[in-house]
Amino acid sequence: MGDFTFFLETTISGLMTGVMYSLVALGFVLIFKASGIFNFAQGVMCLFAALTLVGLMEKFGLPAWLAIIATIGVMIVLAWLIERFVLQYMVSQSPIILFMATIGLAYVLEGVGDLMWGSDVKLLDIGLPQGASDWMLDNFNIYVEKLELVAGVVAAAMVAVLAVFFQKTRIGRALRAVADDHQAALSVGISLRTIWVIVWSVAGIVALVTGIMWGSKSGVQFSLSLIALKALPVLILGGFTSIPGAIVGGLIIGVGEKWAEIYVGSLVGGAIENWFAYVLALMFLLVRPQGLFGEKIIERV
Amino acid sequence: MKLKIFTTLLVAAALALPLAASAGAYELNVPSLTYRTGPYAPNGIPFANGYADYWNLLNERDGGIEGIKINLFECETAYNTQQGVECYENTKGQNGGSLIYQPLSTGITYQLIPKVTEDNIPLFSMGYGRTSAANGKVFPWIFNFPATYWDGATAIMQYVADREGGMDKLKGKKVALVYHNSAYGKEPIRTLEVMAAKYGFELQLLPVDHPGQEQKATWLQVRKDRPDWVLLWGWGVMNQVAIKEAASVRYPMDHFVGIWWSASENDVLPAGDEANGYLAATVHAAGAGFPLHQDIFKFLYDKGKGAGERERVGEVLYNRGVLAAMWTAEAMRNAMKIHKTKEITPAMLRDGFETLKVDEKRLAELGLKGFTYGIEITCANHSGPGKAAIQQWDAKAKQWNIISKFYDRMDEITGPLIEEDSAGFAKESNITPRSCG
Repeated sequence: MGDFTFFLETTISGLMTGVMYSLVALGFVLIFKASGIFNFAQGVMCLFAALTLVGLMEKFGLPAWLAIIATIGVMIVLAWLIERFVLQYMVSQSPIILFMATIGLAYVLEGVGDLMWGSDVKLLDIGLPQGASDWMLDNFNIYVEKLELVAGVVAAAMVAVLAVFFQKTRIGRALRAVADDHQAALSVGISLRTIWVIVWSVAGIVALVTGIMWGSKSGVQFSLSLIALKALPVLILGGFTSIPGAIVGGLIIGVGEKWAEIYVGSLVGGAIENWFAYVLALMFLLVRPQGLFGEKIIERV
Repeated sequence: MKLKIFTTLLVAAALALPLAASAGAYELNVPSLTYRTGPYAPNGIPFANGYADYWNLLNERDGGIEGIKINLFECETAYNTQQGVECYENTKGQNGGSLIYQPLSTGITYQLIPKVTEDNIPLFSMGYGRTSAANGKVFPWIFNFPATYWDGATAIMQYVADREGGMDKLKGKKVALVYHNSAYGKEPIRTLEVMAAKYGFELQLLPVDHPGQEQKATWLQVRKDRPDWVLLWGWGVMNQVAIKEAASVRYPMDHFVGIWWSASENDVLPAGDEANGYLAATVHAAGAGFPLHQDIFKFLYDKGKGAGERERVGEVLYNRGVLAAMWTAEAMRNAMKIHKTKEITPAMLRDGFETLKVDEKRLAELGLKGFTYGIEITCANHSGPGKAAIQQWDAKAKQWNIISKFYDRMDEITGPLIEEDSAGFAKESNITPRSCG
């Protein structure tokens, strides 16, 4: 295999992996953008959604499409429960308090998921294509994972829908108002509680999509919740409030870490991609402290 | 006043009575350091269930060992080294003292080695942990039979050589090691380096960071360099992803060999048919077709006393839990025999381990004929015979089949390495190796 082909292959794989990271980061951005909360539980929500989906398919024999609809229902109920029992008591609290609450939530969800569906590795097969694209391999000798191509299409579709939702709809505008200031939003008649339920539901659905993609790759198991770690450098780089930032950030991190692992890692003993992602993100921070697409916050004193 | 004192004493005595009675009933305290939660739970659970079922079977069927009941209690480590050490500290004195530790984690084992040595409690890291603990002269309290990672590496390479047509045919071949970037995954590197130098094959090292959900860079390199053989030293989700990625880059499964910890049903099932033909080292058989398993069904699962699910009895890691408990129980029996007491201490159990002999005949008596090979432990050799066979996954039948003989370890390779590594440990810990004359 030629060096250039290999470079191309590494880059394409990096971009594809980047899309998978972006999917995780999207969930964080949504909740942060609409409520100013850094949701530590986002990774566990992916796990919980995927566990519920597999559980419904396995235990009740539901077909994939029905199980997906039912899981969306479960995620909406979950969003309502979170609002009812956690968030509503925390209006106007400082962000760190809300953040702590989501840490607690992460552990509760993990435990409940474990209790309901067990901790075995579960196969997730909803008919998504698996393995390398034979066409690409045979014609161009380039290795591209079919599942990741699907992830790319899904991510693009999701971003389009979310962009329209945030920019063009009444609810979207209300979400942005809430993100700016809870009290001010309340004072102009926006129902904070409804908004929170909506945004957590949307984040729950994004978590389900992410869970399906990652779960199809490695089976649904506890370590799915750790993919949140992969989203952090993406968020640092892309900014916490920008949906395009999550996508572009994911792509940069994906490609950057693959290049680093293959071209630098082999010289220094390897396994550098995990921490190199953070180096990359921090380098960007030096130039743009608010992240690539983050909003510059100016506070007047 | 006197009456009051008398009454107080009477009440105190009455309260103390049941305590005294319960303290009097000696039991064999066996802590089980499990991980039923966390990212490695899918592996921790079947092992813990097999381990628990064997001890419970002894209690239910035989009334314990030589009439002494076993008191099994679990402590959750989540495969976290720090939590593992806490478990050790919390349980070592529980119920009058624990007899044995088996943490099922190389990281925890490394931390416990100095602790158990100081507290005089045996530690049995069966097929994992610090390889050079095989040297009983330096590590009197640690046992790692029936085979170490270095034994595993030499067994796998002998199998590879057999497939290639002899050890001399390894020259010029390329062997990649895809490993968990941890104390565990790094263990075989030294042996493989020595072998690479001796037999002239090229060794490519490809570490994967915990947990190993993303391995694209690793497998792109495998695809580019096309090593003749790929060895896998993974654990947890890393195994499943590695096998799937290998299939994706069209790496032939029958040239892909895992260590015994990369060879459970969990690891191959997610890859479906593509995992067909995947190879792995093993020290025991899989399946529930042994008479012992029938007893487990009869005495435990039929009565609702099984630790796990009935249909999962006989899985690879379940059977490994059974094996770990079986050898420990035999060591207890041996300790009772040589010390002529049923109330054994951890130090007596250590002696039981050190003179343990479980041959084919005894295996048959235990209902495990053909399950594993016979072992004999000595004062100097704590790693046993060090044999391993290669098994292959049949994706259609969803079962593992042993396809090779049991390879003996290559003493000429592992012996000097064990000497060197244990001597280094003895020096830095100020230990004078004991004589095993």
